[in-house]
Amino acid sequence: MSETSLSRRTLLQGTAAGAAAAVLGMPAISYGQTDAIRIGHLTPRTGFLGPLGEFAVQAAQLAAEQVNAAGGIMGRPLELIIEDSVNPQTGSAKAERLVQRERVTCIVGEISSATALAIAQVVQREKALFVNTGANSDALRGSDCQRFMFHIEGQNSMYVKTVGRSLLRDGMVRGKKWHALTADYAFGHDLLRVATRFAQENGTQIAASDLVPTDLTDFSPLLLKIRQSRPDVVICNLAGNQITNFLKQYAEYGLRFPVAGFGFDTALAWGAGKGNFGGIWPVVWHHLVDTPASKKFVADFSKRWNRPPENQAWGDYCAIKIIAQSMNEIRSTEGIKLVEHFEKGAKFDILKPRQGYFRQRDHQMMMEMYAITALPADKVRNQWDLFTSSPPVPGPDESLEAIAATPEENTCTFRT
Amino acid sequence: MNGLLIGAYYLLVALGLSLIFSLGGIVNLAHGAFYAIGAYLAVVLTPQIGFGGAFVASPILVGLLGLIIERFLLRRFYRGDPIYGLLLTFGLAMVAEQTLRMIFGAAPVPFSIPQELRGQVFLGDFIYPRYRLMILGVAAACVLGLWLLLQRTYFGRVVRAGVQSPDMVAALGISLKPYMTAVVVIAVGLAALAGVMLAPITGVHPAMGAEILTFAFVVVVIGGLGSFWGVVTAAVIVGVVRGLAAYYVPAATEASIYMLMVLVLLLRPRGLFGERIARFE
Repeated sequence: MSETSLSRRTLLQGTAAGAAAAVLGMPAISYGQTDAIRIGHLTPRTGFLGPLGEFAVQAAQLAAEQVNAAGGIMGRPLELIIEDSVNPQTGSAKAERLVQRERVTCIVGEISSATALAIAQVVQREKALFVNTGANSDALRGSDCQRFMFHIEGQNSMYVKTVGRSLLRDGMVRGKKWHALTADYAFGHDLLRVATRFAQENGTQIAASDLVPTDLTDFSPLLLKIRQSRPDVVICNLAGNQITNFLKQYAEYGLRFPVAGFGFDTALAWGAGKGNFGGIWPVVWHHLVDTPASKKFVADFSKRWNRPPENQAWGDYCAIKIIAQSMNEIRSTEGIKLVEHFEKGAKFDILKPRQGYFRQRDHQMMMEMYAITALPADKVRNQWDLFTSSPPVPGPDESLEAIAATPEENTCTFRT
Repeated sequence: MNGLLIGAYYLLVALGLSLIFSLGGIVNLAHGAFYAIGAYLAVVLTPQIGFGGAFVASPILVGLLGLIIERFLLRRFYRGDPIYGLLLTFGLAMVAEQTLRMIFGAAPVPFSIPQELRGQVFLGDFIYPRYRLMILGVAAACVLGLWLLLQRTYFGRVVRAGVQSPDMVAALGISLKPYMTAVVVIAVGLAALAGVMLAPITGVHPAMGAEILTFAFVVVVIGGLGSFWGVVTAAVIVGVVRGLAAYYVPAATEASIYMLMVLVLLLRPRGLFGERIARFE
């Protein structure tokens, strides 16, 4: 039997390998400055929402660079402290650490509705501002709302009502039979509730409804089930990598029922690729939105990161810009001052035709949304422009609140 | 039948995992990483040499990578405390996943089934994409080839003897080192092959390796350590159970296979066909 003892050479090799791994694996993420104004960026960078989190981080970094290039906040540099929120438990612990130990002025980010709920409880206790950039669940703006939490991400009701208009127009709602697939966690459950309400109001029968675990990779049994239930429309309320897997396998099985969904992220369409991506979906923003500010953001982001931004990038970019702009306007970084400023209905440029504002009642950003429709494979020009977009919803002569949840649909009472 | 297709998903990864563990005593947590690297190589190579070319080249390249890793890293840990092997391979898996993330980004990379392999076969109420039938065929061919290699060749006899009693093999004047290298190359090559074949139908993203590794482990545990047919049978059973669960109670899909594992471990602690291997007792 051979005996291996730790020789000096082995030790050196090991140390060198370790050092190399440390350099490769952990790029520096904060730009330390003593007088800097710190903002904590907390979002899932691993797991099934990781692909979206990466866009979020890149966009936040771009926004911070631009804020600093334009003179920072009240003459002081903005410093981002970036963390992976992983899951509700870790997210909550990291939010606490960011506020108590890192002394951040506010927290930006999150995609998972379950984690956003956990972070909201921390910021409410610590009286720090939290701008949610990616969690959709209505409950966060209703039964679970918190005074220190604001939502630049659209709520599920807004997504449902936006794409609902396209579906109604295309005759996919009244008297039709739906087969719904729903992501099995807080976001999905909430979305299913809102989607069911929409279906009931519009005379649609949800003939079949399946909850899908977030880490399911093989959809073949569900695809067989869809084929047997012969729905008029397949409603896909999935999230993250689930959507990419579903789209690829739906195309593989050659199913022809029209597909639509009530929640979407363009990165997942890009991941599925042309020919696999199909259906009608709502998005909060997309890289083809035709406003000068939007075009500039797309150009800046593409230059910085070598790919166009997707809708998650929009949320984190705008959130950082809004916070910096507000701090400069009110000359304060205090959480409660920012909350009061937002509650007064301050208007912000959010790269869309109309300016947006946080609704006082539930802290939801009132803004336009879009419904996108997949292009057939032969009409696709490049790997990014896979879809056509509806005009902004609501239309120019409607109130921005037209697509948001009504007080009856979603009630929020802030606890003080 | 559908269960068979799902089982074939994990089979190639699980077989390699089982081989490396039985001969080297290393629980290779980096096995999923080789699967992911195989998939990414397919994405990179296909535009140059076509899917067929990538299908052959990717497992060979990953096999070579396995050769290097075995020669310089794994080899040092065969006889040591298993915990070191675990730590090493866990670290390797993280380095690999992070490297893929740094090169390709966290977002899934688009990759589709080649045009000539698309289409479906209909059998009554069931529908089978041609591509999945091809996966099943390739997996079956790999299983058969591996079985012949292990049962009918001199190489296989040494490997099987090495699993049961490495000291006796050494006493007979046979060095196990080159055999171990070959086993690792074959095992990671199979994982890469699985990666190539699944890339067109699942998302190609950095964490895909970690995703499949858990299931491959469950298959190995259910099948029983060191048992070739145990792993094959377990893959099919896990596939069928998962398929049925996804069909009837989708929300319980993931839980179903863990319940199956608990059940098997309670009734047969060594797994379905687990052999008694003296040095692991």
